[in-house]
Amino acid sequence: MRRNDCYQPYEAEIVEKMQETATVFTLRLRFTDSAHQKQFCFCPGKFNMLYLYGVGEVAISIISDPQNRETFDHTIRAVGRVTKAIAQLRVGDKIGVRGAYGNGWPLEEAVGKNVTIISGGIGCAPVVSVIRYITLRREDYGHLKVFQGIKHSRDMIFKDYFLRWNQIPNTEVIVAADKSETGWTWSTGRIVDALKQAELNPEDNIVMMCGPEMMMKRVIEELLRRNFQDNQIYLSMERNMECGVGHCGHCQLAEYFICKDGPIFSYAQLKHIFNVPGF
Amino acid sequence: MDESQGLFLPHDRLQDLLAALKQAGYQCMGPQVKEGAIVFDILERADQLPWGYREKQAPGHYHLEKIDKNEAFAWANGPQAIKPLLFKPKETVWRVNRGAEGKLEFVPHFANEKPLAVIGVRACDIAGMAVQDRVFVTNSQVDVRYRQRREQLFVIGVNCGYASQNCFCVSAGTGPEIKNHYDIVMTELENGFLVETGSERGQSLVESLQLTNADTAQKEQGRQRIDTAVRMQTKRIPLDNSRKLYDVLFTNLDHPRWKEVAERCLSCGNCVQVCPTCFCHSEYDEPSLDGNSSDHQREWDSCFTQGHSYMTGKIVRDDIEKRYRQWLTHKVGSWHKQFDTSGCVGCGRCVTWCPVGIDLTEELAAITGESNQVARAETDETE
Repeated sequence: MRRNDCYQPYEAEIVEKMQETATVFTLRLRFTDSAHQKQFCFCPGKFNMLYLYGVGEVAISIISDPQNRETFDHTIRAVGRVTKAIAQLRVGDKIGVRGAYGNGWPLEEAVGKNVTIISGGIGCAPVVSVIRYITLRREDYGHLKVFQGIKHSRDMIFKDYFLRWNQIPNTEVIVAADKSETGWTWSTGRIVDALKQAELNPEDNIVMMCGPEMMMKRVIEELLRRNFQDNQIYLSMERNMECGVGHCGHCQLAEYFICKDGPIFSYAQLKHIFNVPGF
Repeated sequence: MDESQGLFLPHDRLQDLLAALKQAGYQCMGPQVKEGAIVFDILERADQLPWGYREKQAPGHYHLEKIDKNEAFAWANGPQAIKPLLFKPKETVWRVNRGAEGKLEFVPHFANEKPLAVIGVRACDIAGMAVQDRVFVTNSQVDVRYRQRREQLFVIGVNCGYASQNCFCVSAGTGPEIKNHYDIVMTELENGFLVETGSERGQSLVESLQLTNADTAQKEQGRQRIDTAVRMQTKRIPLDNSRKLYDVLFTNLDHPRWKEVAERCLSCGNCVQVCPTCFCHSEYDEPSLDGNSSDHQREWDSCFTQGHSYMTGKIVRDDIEKRYRQWLTHKVGSWHKQFDTSGCVGCGRCVTWCPVGIDLTEELAAITGESNQVARAETDETE
């Protein structure tokens, strides 16, 4: 009976907790039912519903590599009712997890192409999975350009990753902070401006992005100006999610349920409704 | 109606039908007059049905009155469809027990409810149920609680012989004649019912009643009753409830009518509560006082609330204009793309139970430019 009930979480244990910034942390999780852990699979861009006992559920994207079948990672910003409470948990604590939900990034389609990743703020969490995926399978993809925008230099998470990625052949990382402190080695300014100065050619290029919608809107304007096509641009969208399976209705964006039709959409799918207030 | 079929159930044998359902293990539900409206409740006796009642409906108006007819189904519809019987207004979906060292044990929750038989289901209610089946059963993920109730539900439909001022099922393509998803369908006549069956279990139940065949005159009378309910409808949904509504609405997202209707709409969500197809619900936990367990609940929600579109510190639909537009563009527009059907079944409940009488057909007429009034030939007689 339980296998059939898509609403019911499975117990998972926190095996590691990494504090990324004052409010951002990563949980490394493992299902306590080893058979379930074994059959749990996902691709970058998918998400899980994490449940905290007595508090509730929250949708969080998976950032670890799908090839690791022993554990899976979630990077979370303590900002809402559930995430603030999850932030209090320690290694060994149990939570509920169900998933993986959503469609994932178009990684098959991107094989052999240049990949441009653009993200803003903690929005980088869903794309970190895809960057890692590509860097671990570097020969399958062309040139990789990563643009990461943040509000303030001290909001920078995954510093070491960005530095490491920048060392990988045929890979370029551009990080821009709207405001920065002394000692900041990346650039200062808006990510859109960094994009405008960058060399970016639409030919054989696929763009994957994530972040605040206003930022994505400006980025898309710039990409279209450079003759990128609507179906070359992919976005990860976010809305209120409660069930994760297309039943509760909260995540609707016009005809889409973000939880099951997304969260990744091509701009061609969304352009009629993207950035229209109220959708 | 299939001319070859048709049995006759006299009014005074309606109780036998209820007894047969009980015998077959069903809890029977049926329409009854409660607090000035016709609602579905547990039905033990045929005399609990709303004999001799008929309602008057208008935008923002519902009023029951006695008529000079000894009939049980002379009305059109009440505030509820059968939605609350399948998609519960509130229910526990699972329970989690917390044991030693914080171990979590998740236990599915099934209420072990007795199978229901519901009598007096209208064509619009059945259409609403069929729409919700697409959300909860024939979807990529199944709601097991809904499916269990749905499979058990014994549906006794009653064709309408009367239409209220707010009914527009003809233009919505859903009624007033019931054509599918029923076990038994009846058409009320002066002194009883024409009875037909639509499933094996319906047939075996009817066989146990040993009814006589309906004669040609009775069948003709049944046909006339349904025709009456067709001809009484003066309201229609523009563009015949078709997919074209998606195109028109989504190319008119900045139409001035949205602002205008938002000035009348109270954002109360009554329309959502009475709608047979609205499926939004929220989930939340109810921890026990001893701290050892927590019940994960789900409860009907409404896109007219602020919380519905809440997202990490931001409300996507922060005013009534955005919420009404979300509701209507979804109901008759994007619903087509999601579920290959309109989300509107033409029951008119959202019009009747809106405290300020907002009429979605009128709003659609204003935006599409197509009338919401049924065109009548001058020779056509209406009742």
